[in-house]
Amino acid sequence: MKQQENPQSAIRNPQFSAATPLKIVFVGHVDHGKSTLIGRILHDTDSLPDGKIDMIKKACAAEGMEFEFAFLLDALLEEQKQNVTIDTTEIAFRTSRRNYIIIDAPGHKEFLKNMITGASRADAAVLVIAADEGVREQSRRHAYLLRLLGIKQLIVVVNKMDLAEFSEKRFAEVESEYRKFLIDLSLEVRAFIPTSAKTGENVARASEKIKWYRGPTVLEALDLFEPRKADVDLPLRFCVQDVYRFDQRRIVAGRIETGTLRVGDELVFSPANKSSVVATIERWNAPADGAAMSGDSIGITLSEQIFVERGYVASHQSDTPIETNRFHADLFWIVREPLRVGRLYNLRLATQEVKCQVVSIEQVMDSSTLEAKIDKCEQLERNEVGRLTIQTRGPLVIDNHERIPNLGRFVIVEEGGIRGGGTIFGGVYTDRRVAKSQNIFWSEGKITARERAVRSGHRGAVVWFTGLSGAGKSTIAQALERELFNRAMHTCVLDGDNVRHGLNSNLGFSPEDRVENIRRVSEVAKLMADAGAVVITAFISPYRMERRRAREIALEGNAEFIEVFIDAPLEVCETRDPKNLYKKARAGEIRDFTGIDAPYEAPEDAEIVVRTDRQSVDESVATILEQLLPRLKADEPND
Amino acid sequence: MTATTRTHLDELENQSIFIFREAYRAFKNIAMPWSMGKDSNVLIWLACKSFFGKVPFPVLHIDTTYEFPEMLEFRDWATKQYKLNLIVQINTEARARGIGYETHDPVTVTHELKTVALQQALAEYKWDALITGIRRDEDPTRAKERYFSPRNAQFEWDYKDQPPEFWAQFASAPAKGEHVRVQPLLDWTEVDIWRYIQREEIPIPKMYFARDGKRFRSLGCSPITHPIASTASTIDEIIAELEGTRTTERAGRAQDHHERNAMQKLRAKGFL
Repeated sequence: MKQQENPQSAIRNPQFSAATPLKIVFVGHVDHGKSTLIGRILHDTDSLPDGKIDMIKKACAAEGMEFEFAFLLDALLEEQKQNVTIDTTEIAFRTSRRNYIIIDAPGHKEFLKNMITGASRADAAVLVIAADEGVREQSRRHAYLLRLLGIKQLIVVVNKMDLAEFSEKRFAEVESEYRKFLIDLSLEVRAFIPTSAKTGENVARASEKIKWYRGPTVLEALDLFEPRKADVDLPLRFCVQDVYRFDQRRIVAGRIETGTLRVGDELVFSPANKSSVVATIERWNAPADGAAMSGDSIGITLSEQIFVERGYVASHQSDTPIETNRFHADLFWIVREPLRVGRLYNLRLATQEVKCQVVSIEQVMDSSTLEAKIDKCEQLERNEVGRLTIQTRGPLVIDNHERIPNLGRFVIVEEGGIRGGGTIFGGVYTDRRVAKSQNIFWSEGKITARERAVRSGHRGAVVWFTGLSGAGKSTIAQALERELFNRAMHTCVLDGDNVRHGLNSNLGFSPEDRVENIRRVSEVAKLMADAGAVVITAFISPYRMERRRAREIALEGNAEFIEVFIDAPLEVCETRDPKNLYKKARAGEIRDFTGIDAPYEAPEDAEIVVRTDRQSVDESVATILEQLLPRLKADEPND
Repeated sequence: MTATTRTHLDELENQSIFIFREAYRAFKNIAMPWSMGKDSNVLIWLACKSFFGKVPFPVLHIDTTYEFPEMLEFRDWATKQYKLNLIVQINTEARARGIGYETHDPVTVTHELKTVALQQALAEYKWDALITGIRRDEDPTRAKERYFSPRNAQFEWDYKDQPPEFWAQFASAPAKGEHVRVQPLLDWTEVDIWRYIQREEIPIPKMYFARDGKRFRSLGCSPITHPIASTASTIDEIIAELEGTRTTERAGRAQDHHERNAMQKLRAKGFL
């Protein structure tokens, strides 16, 4: 049946339905007729703007060329010159059943990155094979990539049947060869259709010339595809994009990748493993709604102010993601410069970004023959697919691709550009051993602070706590140290316990000795920060003068100095009195005790202030982290 | 929102918000060109949605000095309404040289008063990303755009060699002198824009609606933007009218027709 005869196709412009169109990608070997098939579909479904065909016919005449349906797509002049589709194009059409968007993917070998860009957004795929040439390299490679990209709905069009005399035998040969390949890939195919796009056989109408074929036409087969469903039945994965504080609200913004989220739900944030309850779901100029589902870009507020940052993944306690720093993946590589074992790359998964290294390449797959090459496992060339093991610098929150695709796929990034993409097929849950460095890019000479920062992923710094005895310095310092350590950062705490007994064992508590104590701590902190560590010092350090000196010493060593005021009123500290020091001071057993008979000069311009009489330890640590982490970022201009 | 009630517009809105937030995080210094046209106002609206009522970066109006008075009135009203940080940029140097529609062809004037003015603003404010209202359905050259589309120091768009973009991951690190065009409306069509304006009741200039048998379908500089014959005075009537038409949206914009491949030439030179 011709599409024009269908009364429902009277809606001429396919953009006009309010329903989400089905996205289809067309793939296949170069010159097998993808563009012609698309041109034919547009023509036969009456989906072209007025004058388009005339315009192209004129252009063809001007260049002395014969009109072809494929030209409809090659709207750019350059493309027509090269006679190769250079990039993905999107065009809409509609059948009596629904709307479609065609993503025209190119067949030229060099344009793999464009094919992936197009195909990654598709709901379904049409793979075109020319009957005369048969199954070729890209016929196989593209099917392999479709599987890696997670596209499960596929039809195969055996085109150019006119060049094979509409032979049933030829069609059966191509079908049988390709079916075998698809079975090895475990890709399911919905239909094999013999066509001639040039004359429209079996595209919109059943062919008179291919009477031996009784299956669906291309349009009928397309109409059997199913739209992608929202993944509401999968476990909740809410990926944090950012935390906003534009007004008094602290809004955790992000997208729900899978599952559903409701006000009142207790969420677990990975990798920190802190939990909090959803207080509100925030939307601007939209009706209040107590629930959101996969695909929704939302913001939430939490009832307890735990630390949350970009990259965190919220889930329900009953079904948390894997947290690991080592996993296996299949990875495709799309740039000229090969992927190398041991080289440091950035890895992005949902909104997470961490440094990573490929520990080993177990197998390099020829995506055209599906043969594994085991002889070369030090690098992955462009257009190759490798099965490999990756180790990340910090904890990464993942799922296996088979279970939750959005959390099971990642890209490898260098200098801000995407170099390859991979799917995860097995997280190793507990193995946190640091792999021996396989870094093969040595450089010589003095190691700069920048090099250290790039290596460790953060800058060295002195985080100087000050506050009264009993204000909570040591407790918060230890909790902060743990948080930094969990982020794979180099960190340590200097406090009375580890300094007084060794380095400063010859010092007492006289005013001069206290000053010398702080001076030595300042110098040690500088050296450690210079070595790349985030040093947290926890001393009362009551005088502005000595804190200023500590800052100057740190700055001499080019280390960042961040003063943190651990603030609590004297009465509160005296009530806490964890070491009974206030009691002893009040009794006169200790002299020159800060707050009692020696002054405490509160900071006037501390970088960070926490109030431990109002904030819990967790809240204090969250406040510090929020302001500290951005200052520790390694400064990489192209990263 | 439940699975049964989510519409195509909801999906587009969700995707656009996601892109806004990714851009706000990825770039230090962002601006959003704002023409006061319908797409531009949808962008402002989506920015408010993304950032819960605040547009957290400056909006830039490239004033060609050939603006319709009604548009300027709308600009001042909307600036207050949304509490925008508005920057107005005029290529005064070109105007001083006498560049204008009275004496020059539209392609030259558009280049000087829009593209060069934008370059001047970029040089002055050093933005590393611009959020634009480009849609794939506007023009064949725009079909090949990315959500994050880099422009080199010369402002050129290398449409032959664009970064890969998949799985919601974008190229985000412009080299020195480069900037990235962020395009949250890429997947929207003209009708989606209208349906969304209708659903959300987004304020737009009145010139889009028919008066005396004419209305503007697309708005540019006053001397080269012509109204189309129309009686559509409501959004429903506009959508009904669009359903019956097959001429392109920018048909009323003279600079597109001046010579063969005009749009492509303008775009390669940095036109939005």
